[in-house]
Amino acid sequence: MSVLIISIITLGALALLFAVILAIADIKLRVEVDPKIEEIDGILPQANCGGCGYPGCKNYATAIVNKGEDINKCAPGGQEITDLIAKIMGLEATATEKVVARVHCRGTEEAAKRKGVYEGVKTCRAVALVGSGDKLCDWGCLGYGDCEEECPFDAITMTDEGLPYVDEEKCTGCGICVDVCPKDILELHPIDENIMIFCRSQDPPKQSRAVCKNACIACNICVRKCPTGALEMGNNLVEVVEPEKFTEECYGGIDKCPTGAINFVHPEKIKRENKTVEIIIKKKE
Amino acid sequence: MNLLIIFISALLINNFVLSYFLGICPFLGVSNKLSSAVSMGMAVTFVMTITAVVTWPIYHLILVPYHLEFLEIVSFILVIAALVQFVEMFIRKTSESLYEALGIYLPLITTNCAILGFALIAVLKNYTYLETIVFGVAAGLGFTLALVIMAGIREELDFADVPESLKGPGITLLVAGILALSFMGFAGLIK
Repeated sequence: MSVLIISIITLGALALLFAVILAIADIKLRVEVDPKIEEIDGILPQANCGGCGYPGCKNYATAIVNKGEDINKCAPGGQEITDLIAKIMGLEATATEKVVARVHCRGTEEAAKRKGVYEGVKTCRAVALVGSGDKLCDWGCLGYGDCEEECPFDAITMTDEGLPYVDEEKCTGCGICVDVCPKDILELHPIDENIMIFCRSQDPPKQSRAVCKNACIACNICVRKCPTGALEMGNNLVEVVEPEKFTEECYGGIDKCPTGAINFVHPEKIKRENKTVEIIIKKKE
Repeated sequence: MNLLIIFISALLINNFVLSYFLGICPFLGVSNKLSSAVSMGMAVTFVMTITAVVTWPIYHLILVPYHLEFLEIVSFILVIAALVQFVEMFIRKTSESLYEALGIYLPLITTNCAILGFALIAVLKNYTYLETIVFGVAAGLGFTLALVIMAGIREELDFADVPESLKGPGITLLVAGILALSFMGFAGLIK
């Protein structure tokens, strides 16, 4: 029994001695680190799983603060942690302009017909491999919702019309959907950009018109009505070249678009007299 | 004379890395750059020396009189862990870049078996206080020597035409093996 007590006392005393030495050393040798690192490290799950690509949570926190690493890499923490980190890193998050994914196609089930009935794997990427998709338009959205599936923030929903709808509140502009889409339908745009080309087709006008009611038919009316040079006619497809150059004049040309391929993303945000433009894509009810 | 023999023995003949195969983890992990290999070696040498200074009194003045020899491993680990913590704080304070270069291997000195192995061997061989300290310094320098030689070779290896299948860990392990083999040549140094 006495051996037990002596052991406990001896080891306890030794441990206490070292604890005191280390405590003193900690005060004397403390290194000032960015308090943000400590704060972020405090939020991270401390699983040290390495999922973010760093050896531990502390390293990831350091990388966020010092190297500007993306804040959405903590898989165990998920959205909640990302939001908290964003709050800590707050200033920088607001300093950069928010970009959101936007859908460059209006080929709804009604407007753009399909070639036939596709019976294979129901993902866009699989369908795109079979004769470049089952839509008559080779450029359009296939509508199987790979973007909806992959979006880590649930910002994308497929509408009844068969097109993705991006919730711009939820979208973080991570660009995963852009990478996923085999047809390059999605593209990141600054959230303030309000005029967009809702078509990707570079087919000749006749072909485009034959396969989709809403395609750009390169009629040039919008370009002609817009002398500031904001728009340019590309390869059978109008392009927004300098979005900051849109004027009241250009809006008139956009309203004249026969197919609606060029349109406002948020018509209600454009200040104009007695003009209304229907909202292009309605959210799934 | 006895001290010299202990020194040479721990440094070359019974080199901790290349003949006892202790401390292989940092030997392979931190040996890709000469500068960080030297710092790692110095850190280990420092920890080993202080371990020698502290563990001998703990064993011979505390554990032996109370017949608590069975606590040697636990108490040695306690000493080493505390020391490593201290060294880590110290290096971080003095050189942030060195701290970054050593990375995860610095806290891993805690579990570096070369250090615990050294402390246990010193007890096993029944060295005096002075002998233990010399043994500690020599073991640390031997570790540094092995690490530095390895780092020198690996820096040269970057320019060598290594077969595709041997690139990376493969050639490193081969080099380590040959290095250990060559250190066996020191075996006849002291009779």
